[in-house]
Amino acid sequence: MTLAKWKVGVVSCSGEEIPEGTISRIATRLVLEKLRPDETVTICLPLFLAGGEGERTFARLFPTITVDGCEKKCAKIGTEKYSGKPFASLVVTDVLKKCPTLTLKSRDKLSAEEWEFAEKVAKEIAEKVDEALRAQNKQLRSEKQ
Amino acid sequence: MPNGESIVIIPCSGIGKSLGTVGRKAAYKVVDELRPENTTTKCLALLTMGDQETLKIISESPCITIDGCPSKCAQKNVETSKGRLIKSFLVTDALRSHRDLKPEGIIELNAGGIELANVIAKEVAETVDEISRGKSP
Repeated sequence: MTLAKWKVGVVSCSGEEIPEGTISRIATRLVLEKLRPDETVTICLPLFLAGGEGERTFARLFPTITVDGCEKKCAKIGTEKYSGKPFASLVVTDVLKKCPTLTLKSRDKLSAEEWEFAEKVAKEIAEKVDEALRAQNKQLRSEKQ
Repeated sequence: MPNGESIVIIPCSGIGKSLGTVGRKAAYKVVDELRPENTTTKCLALLTMGDQETLKIISESPCITIDGCPSKCAQKNVETSKGRLIKSFLVTDALRSHRDLKPEGIIELNAGGIELANVIAKEVAETVDEISRGKSP
């Protein structure tokens, strides 16, 4: 077994238009760079949707977690359409409901509260990464038996 | 703009490279600071997914794309979607002209990357002005 078999793909929406999209991207990068750097990779969504064969193959073979900014769920729908069902899907607006006093305003320079929220979303993604790896381990164990 | 429509600035999503962050930062600089009165941005993924509202907007409004890398996802998606693409910018082209501004970091760009984004934003803003004056860049 190669190390690559243990990676989880985190697919974030591009979300340039809305603050929730920026939270999606930053939370995804926080997982990749700080929380689970050895267990995760990411995919540029438009490249994936536009036909990047490497990206699509990866998402077909490895578990993916989609992170969307809004209810349009481009990352989830795109992954399902071109690759397969994601292991888990997060929507930033759903996580935001747990923080009723927070209003997201920034698309570029996040406030301290927005950074804190991005870190909260990142932690939720990291938990899903752990779940995906546990599920994969379980499957591999059962295949060996 | 002669008819009051907004010019759509579309950066690539570029989540995997510093170059993508530079492109996106340049787009925000134009839309939020340099030319907020006559520019807007749209999510590239919405366009790629074929969102009807977004497709209508980019087919009716002048579009400028800013791509991080030579994959040119933003440019290709606007072209494929029959958008009114007026001009395309590529971060790697700007980097060739400003080799001292090497971008690093994705979540947070280094000083070189921010300056490179500012250089691109200034060029994009000039293009916006040309379009607004009715001149083809």
